[in-house]
Amino acid sequence: MLKDVTLGQFFPGDTVVHRLDPRTKLILVIVYIVALFAAKTYAAYALVMIVLIVCVSLSQIRFTTIMKGVKPILIVILITGILNLFFTQGEHVIFRLWKLTMTWEGVRTAALMILRLIMLINGTFLLTYTTSPIALTDGLELLLSPLKKLRFPVHELAMMMSIALRFIPTLIEETDKIMSAQKARGADFDTGGIVQRAKAMLPLLVPLFVSAFRRADELSVAMESRCYHGGEGRTRMKKLTFARRDFGALILGAVFLAAVFALNRVWK
Amino acid sequence: MDPIIKTEKLTHVYGAGTPFEHTAIDGIDFEAERGEFIGIIGHTGSGKSTFIQHLNGLIKPTSGRVLLDGHDIFETKERTRETRFRVGLVFQYPEYQLFEETVYKDISFGPKNMKLSEREIDERVREAAGFAGLSEDTFEKSPFDLSGGQKRRTAIAGVMAMRPEVLIFDEPTAGLDPSGCKELMTNIMNYREKTGTTIIMVSHSMEDVARTADRLLVFKNAHIVMQGSPSDVFSHVAELKTMGLTVPRVTLVALRLRELGLPIPKDIYTVEHLKNAIVQLREEGYHA
Repeated sequence: MLKDVTLGQFFPGDTVVHRLDPRTKLILVIVYIVALFAAKTYAAYALVMIVLIVCVSLSQIRFTTIMKGVKPILIVILITGILNLFFTQGEHVIFRLWKLTMTWEGVRTAALMILRLIMLINGTFLLTYTTSPIALTDGLELLLSPLKKLRFPVHELAMMMSIALRFIPTLIEETDKIMSAQKARGADFDTGGIVQRAKAMLPLLVPLFVSAFRRADELSVAMESRCYHGGEGRTRMKKLTFARRDFGALILGAVFLAAVFALNRVWK
Repeated sequence: MDPIIKTEKLTHVYGAGTPFEHTAIDGIDFEAERGEFIGIIGHTGSGKSTFIQHLNGLIKPTSGRVLLDGHDIFETKERTRETRFRVGLVFQYPEYQLFEETVYKDISFGPKNMKLSEREIDERVREAAGFAGLSEDTFEKSPFDLSGGQKRRTAIAGVMAMRPEVLIFDEPTAGLDPSGCKELMTNIMNYREKTGTTIIMVSHSMEDVARTADRLLVFKNAHIVMQGSPSDVFSHVAELKTMGLTVPRVTLVALRLRELGLPIPKDIYTVEHLKNAIVQLREEGYHA
């Protein structure tokens, strides 16, 4: 059950998308998100969608896999859609029911909003599917490194992120195991009211916390015994270098962003 | 007599329809008689753990059935739940599942879930702690203050307290020191003798299963590839070695002695056996 969560899962591969520098990908995802929220016209939306489809195709990750990321927040998307559907002011009323009015403008906004959220998730998942967590945090650390001048602990932040990401699958596995063990002693996680269910979580949470603390302790000892002392003067095994394809991709990204703004103006 | 637990063509596929699809067990037919002690050996990833989790209904089979006392355990939700109490499962490193404030409370978690009376629970906790080799002065201690071995005993007592008809152990001695292993195995044997419980034990220690099991199952690549008494199974040294398994060390010693020309029987798998065989040879007039 818990294994279905694909949060931050990395699918190794050897495509252009996989080979791009993580910094490039991070910047491009930001560009993509800006473009997605800037898009106002159908044409602009279409362009963003085409770019997304091209990128996903290039990465050779299946569309069904990409769509799986939407599942956990389906409810959020639906609620957003419904709210937009009924609370958008407009002139072309479809029907009125007590205080609820549905307008054509509402339908349009709701549809575009749902599309926007789905595409937002698809785009960010493409990043985590094609970039290993380590590459991702390395990229983030380098992108944020100018902040070091302001005494912002960039390296520590990146290290914390990579440790957190590294331990998500481990903790999920652990949760699964403890759940099975407690079920074997007759624990019931699926029935009863809210209070009863919350109480039933105790036999799961206590061992999970204990083991998380144990792991953290072991990890810190292991790091210290290898003389880890933060980012000062630390070199990297894999040095990130911008290749020609990165410059190409960044230029394409800029062109794409410009095109979205242009399309917003051309087709009103 | 009917088998207490039985599986028919049990198959389980993980992640069906994804790139990670993996058949963990494939068409397993298995039976255990009442009171039998069954040892399961096999390489990591051979499907042992998946198999045993089917026996108490923690994992639903992709196809096939599990019958407890002739009834399908997945027939209704109630039956599956009842099965959890009748087929006890002690996981690997069970000490990581302890959560209560005191040892006593932790052991009583299972019986409490069975909705037994206070008196019944108390009786069972004391009995189970005794079987697991846990003294009563630990009862009011926090399980997190105990030693590793005592933690494991607490966890095992927690399952024994449900008085299961079938008790399954997944590597009960993993990570214990040699004397701890020996004591725990003695506790398990005593428990079996006194209660007549059917026991299924997954183990990497050939010595342990050789000494205790009536019957051995050998898992490889999702199938049971060999089964029989320890002497049967351990006489296939070469085959076991190709599976990345081994035989008890004493069997290897016996084999070497045979190669050197001593007429020692083939099915030696405990030190006791070898001793007897050698004593017999001497009586027959052999001299080294």
